[in-house]
Amino acid sequence: MADTAHRPSRSPMAPPRSFLWSRRIFLTLLTVFVLLPVFVMVTSSLKPLEDVTGKFQWIPSGLTIRPYFDIWETVPLADYFTNSLIVAGSATVCSVVIAVFAAYAVSRYTFRGKRVFTVTVLSTQMFPGILFLLPLFLIYVNIGNATGIALFGSRFGLILTYLTFSLPFSIWMLIGYFDSVPRDLDEAAKVDGCGPLGALFRVIVPAAIPGIVAVAVYAFMTAWGEVLFASVMTNDATRTLAVGLQGYSTQNDVYWNQIMAASLVVSLPVVAGFLLLQRYLVTGLTAGAVK
Amino acid sequence: MTTTAAPATGERTAQRNDPGAAPRRRRSGRLRRIGLPYLLLLPALLLELLVHLVPMVIGIVVSFRELTQFYVRDWTTSPWAGLDNYTLSVDFDAPVGQALLHSFLITCLFTVLSVGLCWLLGTAAAVFMQETFRGRGFLRTLFLVPYALPVYAAVITWAFMFQRDNGLINHVIHDQLGLTDSPPFWLLGDNSFFTLLVVSVWKGWPFAFLIMMAGLQNIPRDIYEAAALDGAGVWQQIRRITLPSLRPVNQVLVLVLFLWTFNDFNTPFVLFGKSAPAAADLISIHIYQSSFQTWNFGAGSAMSVLLLLFLLVVTGLYLLFTSRGKKASDG
Amino acid sequence: MRRIRAAAVGAVTLSLVLTAAACGGGTSGAGGSNEQPKTLTYWASNQGASLEADKKVLQPELDKFEKQTGIKVKLEVVPWGDLLNRILTATTSGQGPDVLNIGNTWSASLQASGALLPWDEKNFDAIGGKDRFVDSALGSTGAEGQDPAAVPLYSMAYALYYNKKMFADAGVKQPPTTWDELVETGKKLSKDGKWALGAEGSNLSNNIHQVFVLGKQHGADFFTADGKPDFTSDGAVAAVKQYVDLMAKDKIIAPGNAEYAQNQSLSDFAKNKTAMVLWQTASATFTSQGMDESEWGVVPAPVQSGKPGQGTGVNSMVAGINMAVFGNTKNLDGAKDFVKFMTSDKEQIVLNKAYGSIPPVKAAQEDGAFGTFALSPLREALATSAAALPQVPEESQFETVVGTAVKELFADAAAGRPVTTESVKAKLEKAQQQMPKK
Repeated sequence: MADTAHRPSRSPMAPPRSFLWSRRIFLTLLTVFVLLPVFVMVTSSLKPLEDVTGKFQWIPSGLTIRPYFDIWETVPLADYFTNSLIVAGSATVCSVVIAVFAAYAVSRYTFRGKRVFTVTVLSTQMFPGILFLLPLFLIYVNIGNATGIALFGSRFGLILTYLTFSLPFSIWMLIGYFDSVPRDLDEAAKVDGCGPLGALFRVIVPAAIPGIVAVAVYAFMTAWGEVLFASVMTNDATRTLAVGLQGYSTQNDVYWNQIMAASLVVSLPVVAGFLLLQRYLVTGLTAGAVK
Repeated sequence: MTTTAAPATGERTAQRNDPGAAPRRRRSGRLRRIGLPYLLLLPALLLELLVHLVPMVIGIVVSFRELTQFYVRDWTTSPWAGLDNYTLSVDFDAPVGQALLHSFLITCLFTVLSVGLCWLLGTAAAVFMQETFRGRGFLRTLFLVPYALPVYAAVITWAFMFQRDNGLINHVIHDQLGLTDSPPFWLLGDNSFFTLLVVSVWKGWPFAFLIMMAGLQNIPRDIYEAAALDGAGVWQQIRRITLPSLRPVNQVLVLVLFLWTFNDFNTPFVLFGKSAPAAADLISIHIYQSSFQTWNFGAGSAMSVLLLLFLLVVTGLYLLFTSRGKKASDG
Repeated sequence: MRRIRAAAVGAVTLSLVLTAAACGGGTSGAGGSNEQPKTLTYWASNQGASLEADKKVLQPELDKFEKQTGIKVKLEVVPWGDLLNRILTATTSGQGPDVLNIGNTWSASLQASGALLPWDEKNFDAIGGKDRFVDSALGSTGAEGQDPAAVPLYSMAYALYYNKKMFADAGVKQPPTTWDELVETGKKLSKDGKWALGAEGSNLSNNIHQVFVLGKQHGADFFTADGKPDFTSDGAVAAVKQYVDLMAKDKIIAPGNAEYAQNQSLSDFAKNKTAMVLWQTASATFTSQGMDESEWGVVPAPVQSGKPGQGTGVNSMVAGINMAVFGNTKNLDGAKDFVKFMTSDKEQIVLNKAYGSIPPVKAAQEDGAFGTFALSPLREALATSAAALPQVPEESQFETVVGTAVKELFADAAAGRPVTTESVKAKLEKAQQQMPKK
């Protein structure tokens, strides 16, 4: 951190000490805040059950890695994990593609009903989610009865639900990002013979990659963490992690250590994914392309 | 109206100029130009209808009905209740209305504080990390960890830490620092509001950070360079360039953070279970209790509709206020 | 503009009509049919140590059933947190299992929805007759005067578990049999950071179970004979106050217990931090928390005076699980066969043994497996001194509002605020006003 001043940085002027110190203090405090529960999770996941429920200690007295083996026996964690990956992954891809199309239309075209569309989409975020539950279930069941497409209890229904959950914000956010890509760029592409979709995919999308990645991360996490709908719309075979983890807390026993161990295990791949993606999240691609 | 007229005009022109194969092509070209945006919107529109809008309309219909466990088997048989569900909800002299009003006010306060803090932390972290320094990439990933942990696990861990007798928090402030005479309760009574706020901010700020970080990438470097040449220091650059440039991103971010926090269900539900302490009785939990727990979906829906109206007004005012001075980007 | 709006309105209307029309037929014919005689879907509740453990217990039995009848049973073990919402959505949409487990206290609520097959004389005969079951368990299968909505499957009752070593250390010879004795004993035990009794102050259901029993002992019911809420009778107020006073006045429950809702009181017990706990079939939990069976004892839950019995001698609610058939099953005969199989003497012994519960079937209850030191007090209570929670459709509202009132009173007690007859009455008054008007 200390050598920041000596590196070539975005602003030619070296940041003053006040800036460096504020940054150091702020980021340290924030790191402690973020990591505190993670620390508790790690230490608790390494304790036998009877120790977890005792008084908190910074340094645990006895350690065991047993919980990390038990988690696979107590609930079918691997199955839940696969389900979650499939559901969240598909929902993310579809949501991003659909949102890119919609945002492109709103950002680059004038058409009637545009305002109505954007406001309506936003208004869906104002109704408490729990009240969607019963009607949506009814609709899915009836579509299933009428067409034979199994929407409830299947991964497909869940994917459809989650991708729609993340659509409104994704569309709004992408409109903003697309608006900030200068129009001359896609006009130029069109002059070069690109169609409207060509301009979208060759110019606008590459320029808006950080925004698209941010929206994708959001869509993924929406699907990854959703509890309520998953709890009634899945069954044994399609249950996702978010609900599946509750299986460690049963009527008579709460396996705290296993909850923590399982959470850490399933979160690792997601964090690794973030690590890979963050390069795209912050590349100066746009800045370069735009100017 | 015009949409109907336009192709017709096109057809006429085409016929006049150039009878044969050409008019078809030109006509379809015209149609495509007008139809394209709608075509692009179609998938989003269909999904929104299916998953959000139709259920919402059903919810509004249900709010005028007496839908209790006697009728859930076929809700179309439930009797119309007129405005009964609404009058029950807003009768602030009776316990039901009082509880709703209390819950509403608590939720407002909670939302303002939580969104404010999430925004502040997220923006500050994004701005501080705009420039490279050693460990930046690592911190960036680290800060997204709260976002990557499954909600249930994260919140249950906080509940675990906030336990009165065995939790980490009381271990630190009571046993180690000796700040209190007796270990306070964090999951009961008035402190529960604070607990809820801490957990909500911990879980919510990385999202603001993520969005802000992406937003910062769109600010062209040369503006900073120009400002630096003009002698602006780092703090001034942040105030004069960074923050104003983030404005469009901010507008949406603050709005959705507000809406989500207002309607957040998972956090209080996992933290407090089926009955939240009065100080942390958020509206979503309250509505859940008034509908699912007590099997009275009419009353729950009525409360939701009232909430929807309130949020519509707030959102409308917010958009009006934040868009003023900004050029309307769409027609 | 106008066009789009018209299209949107059209689409919404159309889908609404579709939904409405289609769900009209969703759950028609509560009688069920026999269209799919070869398969059944069964939602089991989580009874054992985990969902997986439950599958291991149930699957071999389902295989036996398949061998006998040729009917394949698709099993899903549903976690408790999800079960009621799952049933609710199934009821609304008509898309549910054929056979399912329900908490027996939900019987009347679900009965009112009309989604479950009523167990009339004829249906009961199909599974061997009503008189095979213990009366107390049958008392928790639906509103009085109506055909039961479900059949008892597993039964449980409350008992007083105590820590032998802590009793010996404090010089207590006999476990208490009345509340006065319990308080007196408790004062000897509550010292040096140890406490006499554990409670789950933030667990609404548990609060209800405890104050319901105390209410019975004070001659109060929380509902009138015709099903109206009656939370503020002198008996009810006294019952709630007596329970909360264990913390507020007698100080034999640790203040920290006010926030317990995740069975922390059982952990404390297993760790020798509290000497007694009132619970239903806790033995498996003690074992998994590392406490040996030789370290604890179990006796009938206390009464005000005299011996446990009916009336004011009630010392437990009838806890348990019922089995119900979903009204619109497509395999009605198969579903009844399955219920018959699961409630047969042989299966009852196997299943209840595996789960540490008591069979509600008389013949099975006689089996030696249920006469162990850990289970006989529970069996005793079920046979002589247990009462069913009010069998009214508003039972779940009752649990929510009164359970919350008790939780708030515990919070007051823990914070050192006074708990008086007036404050208890005020809380219950508020709870009663939140009940649906009839």
